[in-house]
Amino acid sequence: MKESATHETARRYGMVIDLDKCTGCGACMVSCYAENNVPFKKDESNKLDSINWIRVVKMTNQKPYPDTQICYLPMPCMQCDGVGKHGHSPCVSVCPAVATDYDFTTGIVSQIYTRCFGCRYCMAACPYHARKFNWWDPVWPADMEKYLSPNVSPRMRGVVEKCSFCFHRYQLARDKAYQEERAELEENEYQPACVEACPVKAMTFGDLNNPAHAVYELKNHKHAFRLLERLETNPKVYYISSKEWVRRNGDNYLPDEAPGRLKSKAKARH
Amino acid sequence: METPLIPPGVKRCPTWQFALWMAAVGAVLLWGVYAMILVWWKGLNQTNMNDAYGFALWIWADLAVIALGGGAFFTGFLTYIIGKDKLKGIINYAVIIGFICYSSALLILAIDIGQPLRGWFIFWHANVHSMLTEVAFCLSCYFGVLTIEFIPLILENPRLAAKPFLHHLSHNMHEIMAVFAATGVFLSFFHQGSLGGVAGVLFGRPFAYREGIFIWPWTFFLFTWSAAACGPCFTILVTWITEKITGKKLVQQDVIGLLAKIAGWMLITYIIAKSIDTLYWALVTAPGMGFTLMDFYTDHPIYNIGILFAEIVLCGFLPALILITRRGRENGFLLILSVLLAVLGCSINRWVMVLQVMAVPVFSFESWFLYSPSWQEVATTILPVAYGVILISLAHRYLPVFPQEKELNPAN
Repeated sequence: MKESATHETARRYGMVIDLDKCTGCGACMVSCYAENNVPFKKDESNKLDSINWIRVVKMTNQKPYPDTQICYLPMPCMQCDGVGKHGHSPCVSVCPAVATDYDFTTGIVSQIYTRCFGCRYCMAACPYHARKFNWWDPVWPADMEKYLSPNVSPRMRGVVEKCSFCFHRYQLARDKAYQEERAELEENEYQPACVEACPVKAMTFGDLNNPAHAVYELKNHKHAFRLLERLETNPKVYYISSKEWVRRNGDNYLPDEAPGRLKSKAKARH
Repeated sequence: METPLIPPGVKRCPTWQFALWMAAVGAVLLWGVYAMILVWWKGLNQTNMNDAYGFALWIWADLAVIALGGGAFFTGFLTYIIGKDKLKGIINYAVIIGFICYSSALLILAIDIGQPLRGWFIFWHANVHSMLTEVAFCLSCYFGVLTIEFIPLILENPRLAAKPFLHHLSHNMHEIMAVFAATGVFLSFFHQGSLGGVAGVLFGRPFAYREGIFIWPWTFFLFTWSAAACGPCFTILVTWITEKITGKKLVQQDVIGLLAKIAGWMLITYIIAKSIDTLYWALVTAPGMGFTLMDFYTDHPIYNIGILFAEIVLCGFLPALILITRRGRENGFLLILSVLLAVLGCSINRWVMVLQVMAVPVFSFESWFLYSPSWQEVATTILPVAYGVILISLAHRYLPVFPQEKELNPAN
């Protein structure tokens, strides 16, 4: 929140996930664990205190067989732009120690682990449960420590962590571009691990402001929607689903409302 | 001959009896200290909190004790700024209760954060946009003010007062107490309000979110208002409990009556404002986010619609109506019942604005998130209560807390 919010963001990285393609295989989660040194517990059965930067939620249309339909919903951090796209995302505005920040050059919401003192106000503020607390000291089996990524600092007990859209990959790509005396990155130069790992290419990543990037068009797909748009969190993760019940599950509607007919302020800003 | 420790003219229980009482309360305190050390040593995995329940029992306890400790700033405001001299009969006790509440709040916060050694980051790396930053600054400053208000009373202990410097220091501090009272009111307005803002600004949480004016959600004003209403009720309740335990009348009934009357009018105006806020939220704000009122309640024993009724009607309108009527205030049973209900109402309000906010599912495909605290959380929440009882016991025994005690208990 320290930088000026008055100029238009140069880049606004975001993701479009095609739910019609997602099989719920969990490859995105596995790649994220490996890429970002995400710690895990010996017993991972209690998901409420598991750390995952992206999780795959299973939804059903609540209808009995044979009309049952299932949809898998991969949920990374939504990298919210917040009300009016001023970086006033739910978590950034509440963090008392500026341990989470909105980067106006990329639109990515960062988490500064060494600044966080573990008050968990950001977790209370985030409706997507994207933020995870380190309830325990991170411990890896001895051999696994050798495989930790040197590009991502492991987190300590007592701090909050979350998806960064693999920001270290952005930094590496920027370094490479700088060495090659280029100002701009190619679309494929910076892709998060989960997007690369998806075997069915359900996830597309890029600069939402750049017409040359695939996400620019995809976000305007007739079946594109964002989660909890009505709260005006202004997420940068979009979903596409041909199923009306899936789109309806993405937000909350009064009994007489339907997703398509609703004119929300957030929709207008999209 | 050495000056006695106990103020002259008042009767106190024998040392052995006092020691036994302190040992019993001390045992509870040690239990809490043990749990506190466990949490600091092993981390917050000692709690039953989880990623869906990042705010839980401790944050509720924090908000509740700060609201109930509001009796100190509001009674100070009435006594020193408005000039209700009659309240000097209870102001010392209000300050002590406030001191206990605020020091407890700071202790609970120190236990609640994941990295206690980094607690100072909230001041050093302050985010001025965060309500919690404002809470931290004002709360710490006001705790300083309460300490300054408490010191002259400590210096009135006969043995300390026998030293001329301390005696004069105490006297001079009393002379300028209005300045500190005014500072306390200013700081309290902001941190009580900011605590309301902590929940009210959460636009990602439809149960908590409230519209407002400029940067302040309506909960900002409602929290300050309710603290000013229910804080004095808590002061009256603790005074009554102290009187029952000591078996003595400590504060004249007309002093209690005046404070109860003012608290009653604050409570009735607050609960009307709270009702309007609730109606607007239920009919306009929440539907705008796709929620009906009943989406926020379920058939759970706690989170059913009864909790809203309990907060607003049973523990809001009912005690307020009793307290604003002379007959209600003059009936001892009704008076204590109403201040107890007001205290409960305020505590319920803080509970729902912390725990129910976490419990309500925001996605239609989620279930309610339920939580029950671990014994370590319970013990560390009881710890400040034991600490408070010990501090009150010491203050009552060794300090002239109640200026009317001698007059009210002439047989001593």
